[in-house]
Amino acid sequence: MSFFLETLVGGLLAGVMYSLVALGFVLIYKASRVFNFAQGSLLLFAALAFVTLTEHGVNLWLAGLITLALLILIALAIERAVLRPLTGRSDLTLFMATLGLSYVIEGVAQTVMGSDVHALDLGIPDVPMQVGPIQISVFDLTAAAISGVLVLALSLLFSRTRLGVSLRAVADDPLAAQSIGIKLDTVWSVVWAVAGFVGLVAGLLWGSRQGVQFSLSLVVLKALPVLIIGGFTSITGAIVGGLIVGASESLAELYLGPLIGGGLSAWFAYVLALAFLLVRPSGLFGERAIERV
Amino acid sequence: MILPPLLQLRHVSLSFRGINALSGLSFDVSKGQICALIGPNGAGKSSALNIINGVYRADSGDIVFDGQRFEQIHPLKAARLGIGRTFQHNALFRHMTVLDNVMAGLTRHSRATTIEYALRLPRARREQWVLRERALGMLDFLHIARHAGTIASTLPYGVQKRVDLARALVAQPKLVLLDEPLAGMNEDEKREMGGFIRRINRDLGTTVILIEHDMGVVMDLSDHVVVLDYGRKVGDGTPAEVRDDPEVIAAYLGTVH
Repeated sequence: MSFFLETLVGGLLAGVMYSLVALGFVLIYKASRVFNFAQGSLLLFAALAFVTLTEHGVNLWLAGLITLALLILIALAIERAVLRPLTGRSDLTLFMATLGLSYVIEGVAQTVMGSDVHALDLGIPDVPMQVGPIQISVFDLTAAAISGVLVLALSLLFSRTRLGVSLRAVADDPLAAQSIGIKLDTVWSVVWAVAGFVGLVAGLLWGSRQGVQFSLSLVVLKALPVLIIGGFTSITGAIVGGLIVGASESLAELYLGPLIGGGLSAWFAYVLALAFLLVRPSGLFGERAIERV
Repeated sequence: MILPPLLQLRHVSLSFRGINALSGLSFDVSKGQICALIGPNGAGKSSALNIINGVYRADSGDIVFDGQRFEQIHPLKAARLGIGRTFQHNALFRHMTVLDNVMAGLTRHSRATTIEYALRLPRARREQWVLRERALGMLDFLHIARHAGTIASTLPYGVQKRVDLARALVAQPKLVLLDEPLAGMNEDEKREMGGFIRRINRDLGTTVILIEHDMGVVMDLSDHVVVLDYGRKVGDGTPAEVRDDPEVIAAYLGTVH
């Protein structure tokens, strides 16, 4: 039983990390209906910049601040220079633009900062800790706590503030929002800046878990099943989706793995997402598309 | 008594890919009027409205609003100048409550910062209270206060139309543009909505431009009628003048749709 519990908790904690990546997508998708494929490259960029700075002897906090500033600048530049001129184009056009962008960002990041594999040490110990009957990784717990605080802060921002009301208004009907004096530009800029910040946190946590290298940008692929399960438009969905993916992945590896030879965690989430697509295509918390015919 | 025009369109033309939506359209709307834009489908009524509130940019011509001349009014600028609007198709923030929808109409009037709101500091709370009271007052004015806490998309169509109106009016615009405010309503609802439009005009002193197809309502409600056909103005005057204008009759009233 404690083995089951340990696997479950470990899976849930890993799931929070997936949620974190998915969150970046949800924010931007909600506000501007763009599926920002470049979120993964932003993550890689953040981790790479942070590592490069610390390897040159910059203090951890200062490096964090500089990376944050860089990331927000890049996010704002993307919104202003790439996506705003494409306002009103088809979803596919916008998606392709962000796909292209992801190559540009990865290319520039690796040209400037090299493509070596770096270790990223945030100073969080990766040792097991005994909690009741089970052992939990301190790193996983810390990462989950950081993500939790971030998610909480974001939901406060969006539920309590006028900015949040504006964001939800823009998400529902940008034209009507503008006609009552809501500044679309400001809302979009804020959302992109926040997504940049989320990218930083995710990049640092994932970077210190996996090592900083090109494949870090591929964690976006892990966010996809989370989004499909939770829904593309819901912050709650991103969290629940991440937890489901994390937990089911670990449990499947534990119980089904021995039967079919292991390696389940590489693909289990996608099969799960596929099942969701058949049963509930808009995800658990996503809005159902109703087409009038 | 002739008041100075609040709004003037001067030789406004607009085309989409070579098709003229509006050709040299000019008309004036005086302060305090209810002005109806009428004409067959595709006559350019909505285009005219979209130019006034800056959604479209005219190819040529200009707009004078409240003494200021514009080639294009950006939608944000229009809101700031006091031009409100409602939409033909439902454009409510459908996942938000009625009260939040209407309060969103006051976003521009918010002074407290996001951080003050997130932390519920006194200034934000006071402001929230004031804006909330204003929004509730507007809901009350349109007799929909009891729906304040309802999610907008779950309400019947007629009520949603009124929420849209409340959202446009809550910031007390000088001019409000109503794109088919009575569309899809039954006779009772039309009469009720017509009454509200009249009260908006009289009690709140808001100048109104509306697009409407129901000629009975137009003749009854408006002080001034502008008739469009194929993007050109074919009639302009009081309802009685327009009704008797042979060109208008030929272009619009006389034809069967």
